[in-house]
Amino acid sequence: MSKETILIVSGISKSFGGVKAVDNVSFKLARGEIIGIIGPNGSGKTTLINLITGFVKKDSGKVFFKDRNITKLPPHKIADLGITRTFQIMRPYYTLPAFKNLIVPLYSPRVRRAVGGRLGDRDAVAIDLLEEVGFERDAYVPYKLASTLPLGYLKRLELSRCLALRPEVIICDEVFSGLSMAEIASMVPLMEKLQMEGITVIMVEHRLRELFRLVNRVMVMNFGEKIAEGVPEKVMKTKEVREAYLGTEGE
Amino acid sequence: MELKSRRKERLDRGINVRTTGIYAVSSWREIAYLVLPRLILIVGLLILPLVLPSMYWQRVICITCIFALLALAFDFLAAYVGIICLGGALFVGVGGYIAGVSNALLGLPPALTIPIATLGGALICTLLLLPCLPLRGIYFAIISLMYPLVLPRIIEALDLFGGTEGIAALTTFPNIWVDQYLIIVVVLIALFALRRLANEDMGLVLHGIKDNDQAVRASGMSITWYKAQAVFIGALIGCFAGAYLSHLYGWVGISLFGLDFSILPIAAFVLGGPGTLVGPVLGAFILTPLSEVLRAFGPLRIVFYALILVGFIVFKPEGLMNYFQRKYHQFEHWIEV
Repeated sequence: MSKETILIVSGISKSFGGVKAVDNVSFKLARGEIIGIIGPNGSGKTTLINLITGFVKKDSGKVFFKDRNITKLPPHKIADLGITRTFQIMRPYYTLPAFKNLIVPLYSPRVRRAVGGRLGDRDAVAIDLLEEVGFERDAYVPYKLASTLPLGYLKRLELSRCLALRPEVIICDEVFSGLSMAEIASMVPLMEKLQMEGITVIMVEHRLRELFRLVNRVMVMNFGEKIAEGVPEKVMKTKEVREAYLGTEGE
Repeated sequence: MELKSRRKERLDRGINVRTTGIYAVSSWREIAYLVLPRLILIVGLLILPLVLPSMYWQRVICITCIFALLALAFDFLAAYVGIICLGGALFVGVGGYIAGVSNALLGLPPALTIPIATLGGALICTLLLLPCLPLRGIYFAIISLMYPLVLPRIIEALDLFGGTEGIAALTTFPNIWVDQYLIIVVVLIALFALRRLANEDMGLVLHGIKDNDQAVRASGMSITWYKAQAVFIGALIGCFAGAYLSHLYGWVGISLFGLDFSILPIAAFVLGGPGTLVGPVLGAFILTPLSEVLRAFGPLRIVFYALILVGFIVFKPEGLMNYFQRKYHQFEHWIEV
């Protein structure tokens, strides 16, 4: 069964001054696929996400979502179409309780359109969503102020903020970084569940072992260029990738 | 000698049976606990004109309420949306001139000019400020401070609306009671409406913009649109104050763009307690009469005024209302650690 292509990125580039942060990167995504983007520090992964989601203006190239050109749309319009993202540096609404953080996306035009008007008891919906990502309702975690939550919960809060929008594509910017092994172990099933629900996921990640358990395909970036793409095991064996990660061998 | 360290322990006094959005009130004591502070404010403001000794102080109350409205607008924008708006004078000036022009040149009564000036003025102010809304940081403050400096010069240079003379002989309110109660009722409505708004969905989105505007954009909402709405609400309040002021004096002139209208509300905001909405109103009700009392000191007036402000910023930066609220809602006692 050939799957419908949901996202096409064709030849996008971005320079900051003389530095080519993203250089002519293209890829395609099928619906329900889960793809990893990896690469050394400063290889342009986050910039690539910013370009796709419209937070940074593209120098050149095009992005299509479900055959619609979204190249020039502002970030909120792109999110409104169903492409949501998490941020690498999480900044929840610190002065609000965790569940109130979700009222903002639940109030968004996209959700209101989906449910046909005002959503019923949003507090309950928000708490259900938080429970789904592992906020223990019985321990009153959803009611805690976001500023008092530990890192692991913040990452999940960020993810649930995306889920609240009922997205079609989720782009995760390093959701595993800074988490303990136990915390990652509890997040992996969550990501698998997203895939089961037919949500397309792009994961930018440094934790390769956990990533390779999840993804069907990885894309490797270095100095803003895509240097390899394919099944994780094969990609990691190619010469360019080994050089990018381990350095060039001295002659 | 053994060093004993002590710290203050705080315990919530509040009602412990509280579910989301509903107070489960079980006794008169608790009802009083909730209602009394609000009642004191409402009743206090309403009987204030009756107990004042002279016409002079009744006039002072009108001016005080104008500053209270501006302080409310500033507090709403600064503490609930994260926009520092130094454009109080812009709102007052635009609102005042629209009311003045429609009254003097078109002959409309105040019952029409005030609503026109409030809505039209707010629309104009929002459009003027729109270009700098997508920007973060200090730019909005600078632009909003600039307009009240530029507009009076334009009026002067082009000799518009009576130029430096202004427009005189506007219709005034029928008597001093209308003067006072009109503005007092508006202050109360604005206060409770803003409080309500802050707890609604819209208020949460605005709060989100203050905490993290990028996350709001990533949630599919245009921050410019929401900020514009917030500025419109702030401008509504400010423009009403301006329109009211022009009918109170029966005169409009370029002094409506005076910096007092931008700066004094900020002082009231600092004194009264940022983010409490009631606080800035309280602050205005302390500062404006105080500045009248200090008139007796002549030129030293500003010095005393500044000293009081500095004292508050240094010793009570949280502001009066935050302090009172804490004392009201919590027991405090010293415990040894």
